[in-house]
Amino acid sequence: MTEGAPAARPGSGRTGRWLARASRHRVALTLAFLLVFPWIAPYQALAVNILVLGLYALGFNLLFGYTGLLSFGHAAFLGGGAYGCGIAIVHYGLHPGLALAAGTLLATLIAAAMGVLAIRTRGIYFAMTTLALSMCVYYAFYRAEAFTGGENGLRGINVPSVALPGVRLNLLDPTVKYYAVLAVVGLAIWLFSRLLSSPFGAALEAIRENEHRAQACGYDVARMKLAAFVISGALCGLAGALQAIHLSIVPIEIMHYSTSGQAVMMALLGGMGTFFGPFVGAATFSLLQDGLATLTSHWQLFVGAIFIAFVLFLPLGIWGEVLARLRRAGW
Amino acid sequence: MTTGIDRRGLLRGSAAASTLALAAPALLRSAAAQAGPIRIGFPVPLTGAFGAEANDQVRAAQLAIKEFNAAGGFDGRTAELLVRDDKINPGEAATRTLELIEKDRVNFLVGGLSAAVTLSINNVARERGVIYNSISQSDAINEAKDFGRTTFHEALNPHMTAGAVGRYVFPKSGKRVAFLSADYAYGHEMMRGFKRAGEASGIEVVADIRHPIGASDYSAFLPRIAALKPDVLCLCNFGRDQVVSIQQATEFGLKRNTKLVAPVLLFTARKAGGDAFDGVVGGTSYYWRLEDTVPSAKAFNDRFRAAYNGAVPSDYGALGYAGVRSVLEGVKAAGSTDTAKVVTAMEGLKADFYKGPQSFRACDHQSVQSVLIVEAKSKGMSTPDDVFTILGTEGPDERFLRGCDELGHKA
Amino acid sequence: MSDLTIGGFPLDLLGLQLVTGVALGAIYVLVGIGLSLIFGLMNVVNFAHGAFFMVGAYVGVFLYGYTGSFWLSLVAAPLAMGLLGLAVERVLVRPLYGRGIDDPLLLTFGLSYVMVEGVRIAFGLTGLPFGAPPELRGAVDIGIGYFPLYRLFLIAFSMAVVGALWLFIERTAFGLVIRAGARDPQIVQVLGIEISKVWLAIFGLGCALAGLAGILAAPLQGVTPEMGIPVLAEAFVVTVVGGMGSLAGAVLAGLIVGIVVAMTSLVAPDMTKMAIFALMALVLLVRPRGLLGRAGALG
Repeated sequence: MTEGAPAARPGSGRTGRWLARASRHRVALTLAFLLVFPWIAPYQALAVNILVLGLYALGFNLLFGYTGLLSFGHAAFLGGGAYGCGIAIVHYGLHPGLALAAGTLLATLIAAAMGVLAIRTRGIYFAMTTLALSMCVYYAFYRAEAFTGGENGLRGINVPSVALPGVRLNLLDPTVKYYAVLAVVGLAIWLFSRLLSSPFGAALEAIRENEHRAQACGYDVARMKLAAFVISGALCGLAGALQAIHLSIVPIEIMHYSTSGQAVMMALLGGMGTFFGPFVGAATFSLLQDGLATLTSHWQLFVGAIFIAFVLFLPLGIWGEVLARLRRAGW
Repeated sequence: MTTGIDRRGLLRGSAAASTLALAAPALLRSAAAQAGPIRIGFPVPLTGAFGAEANDQVRAAQLAIKEFNAAGGFDGRTAELLVRDDKINPGEAATRTLELIEKDRVNFLVGGLSAAVTLSINNVARERGVIYNSISQSDAINEAKDFGRTTFHEALNPHMTAGAVGRYVFPKSGKRVAFLSADYAYGHEMMRGFKRAGEASGIEVVADIRHPIGASDYSAFLPRIAALKPDVLCLCNFGRDQVVSIQQATEFGLKRNTKLVAPVLLFTARKAGGDAFDGVVGGTSYYWRLEDTVPSAKAFNDRFRAAYNGAVPSDYGALGYAGVRSVLEGVKAAGSTDTAKVVTAMEGLKADFYKGPQSFRACDHQSVQSVLIVEAKSKGMSTPDDVFTILGTEGPDERFLRGCDELGHKA
Repeated sequence: MSDLTIGGFPLDLLGLQLVTGVALGAIYVLVGIGLSLIFGLMNVVNFAHGAFFMVGAYVGVFLYGYTGSFWLSLVAAPLAMGLLGLAVERVLVRPLYGRGIDDPLLLTFGLSYVMVEGVRIAFGLTGLPFGAPPELRGAVDIGIGYFPLYRLFLIAFSMAVVGALWLFIERTAFGLVIRAGARDPQIVQVLGIEISKVWLAIFGLGCALAGLAGILAAPLQGVTPEMGIPVLAEAFVVTVVGGMGSLAGAVLAGLIVGIVVAMTSLVAPDMTKMAIFALMALVLLVRPRGLLGRAGALG
């Protein structure tokens, strides 16, 4: 699979012929992997979770890995998407397709509002501003109990089947559900890839490498950052909307800042600034938690120790490390 | 606590099972449920703040399974418990419930500890027509919006518990009542239970203060309440919030003029809170000293002690037992594991498993059962587990539940 | 109680609420200073700060069980956490210098998992009950009503600690190095001092303060493995509002946060948690470097 943009940290050596070729087909290769993924995952519900979290980490990676902005507020977008979609179905009886759009739209609006405020700060202050704003969003949704169910969460997002032109998908069948979600995620991955290869993608990387130079080159840095923030929010929102349909509930925890922390961890585990890294990160994160929780009630001890080991010994993340090694080997 | 070894043993079992499952690709696995053992999925929060309660739920549930199997099972089939850690997170609980239904092909589900988690499990289970017997306190699960025909509620609900405590306390301790409630559905539900019980004895609400759930400090709320000198302070919160708010109310000297009341007094919370709980009155579904008056409680405790080195079951533990036992008795009565037949059989159960008579109400499948009124103590204890005095028992009666119409069930 | 009221609340009650807020703030101040020093001087976001707070409380409570002396615990808890902090900096954090802020952040996040689970294994899931020591129990009349003695002690003791810390930073040679380091690490290098030694000391000091705050908070709520989680969020707010790396800022912000919580509890009790995040957002948007933060401390 593949490497879209150069790794965020100094890579070693030039990209070889094989990697360059793989990079051109990164969407197809990623999808090929995701198509066979359910055969490897312990169970389909977890596979769908990983798909959704992968998209969430992908959206986060646009901002963190490709633009260099560390946000601690992405839970507000994931949650906004989930609540938007859930509320559209539970309270307004919308078609699931429209509900997905509604969720994504709500997340985009939240991202735009948060972005306008937060983009003026930078570095650690940006991280803290997004954290504080997302917690305000959290409490707002917490208190809107009539719509969101408050602490009890939103229940009743029951979508047993989806009517599409010509077919009716039975989402109670876990396999059908996985591929239905994959179809949406695949579309998002393709759009994401197109975005990265556009001039806009190049501009984001310029900003990441050196904001002042990018400014001097004539880029409208503030507007570019805001655009990246909003697009990132929309992708995360779509992930949240899919999760609402997958789990049939939206827990309030989805908006808590610890969920934002999850995005950071998945991006770092997988390898930030790499195209496929977020999915590797999401899979590693979920499989670790799931597997260890089955093996021991002290799973948090091992999860913690593994994170420490990753930071110390694999700072590029799993996928970042794989790419670096392949590159060194002249692929 | 002596749970360590048992828990490890129990997790080892499920670990072996999951290693096998890992070896077989998910899509290639097929259902082999019909002839095999009767499988009961049991999602509870093994890790996290309620781990002690959850582990006790598991031990008691295992006891119910063991008894069922020792008595020959049903139709040559034994029962087995599939324990999952829901991490007290509704999203995790939904995922685990999907795993239990889709991969493990469980016949039934029992479990849950927090209201949000129980509602999440319930929503996933009812959509797939799997019987779920909840052992977590919640009023919402009774309501038509969340109810499904496969939904059962073994635990007390906040309305019954708070109501029973209010009916006991208000006539005795006075009419000027202050509320300090956690600001979420469960806190509001308990407050509603108190207020409705208080209407009969004509209470006057002098303060109604809501605190955010999970607050680590209550001192900011307490001077105002202390200044009002209420006769009764109802603490409508749970778990850690309850322990800390009681400790700090004691620190601010509220006990001088005011009776502290908590709708649900947890056995484990009292043990974590120490003597700050002294004199606090509250309700519970079960306390082991019930064995002094109720024969089935004595028998249950003795079996539990024999299985677990003389330990006594906690309130939530007893619910784990009853939750599993109700379902298995339903299977026996139905003569089948078929969902529709078991539902009908459970609706007709008239049981006395561990605390006296109980049965499920027809409209919402709420278990109609007694509520114990207990007072916490730290002196004159016969054993370290002797932490409550039973002040009274409100017998099972549908009158104390919210009406079926009010819940939105059509007659 | 007097008859004067403001906004419908008697003046006495407002006064009591204010003192309550200051007592709350005392804990925030101690936790916040440690986080702020580490944050501001080392550019390390210590996500394990709440875990140090919690382990400190456990160490203190555990020792109290053996010695029966709360005063001994007050010394031992920060000492133990200081030593643990030194070890963590030396072994885990030091290899990450020069890598940017996300690596130490993820590492300390993992460390907090390990510490919380370690305590669960050692002391159980349920937590330990703990009350104020006998000599500090009860309530005293402070003119406007009764107030718990322990919380008054908490205010006085924290003030003494902050005072000592201020003297240490303003009046000692090492304090000078710290102040220089906060302004520009390169200056310290030029002065011929190894910055890594300064960072080691700062990390240890920060963790010791977290441990001290932990044992001071223990009599208010008992101890549980999860007690550090909300504290971490509150410490972040204090750090950001006060300005990273600023001692005076942390003190000011800690007190402000305590008083905001206390006053919101009176006026709109259900909004207390939201209030501190709203405060943080407001400060960040109006004055991003915090009330007393210097520009450029972090670059």
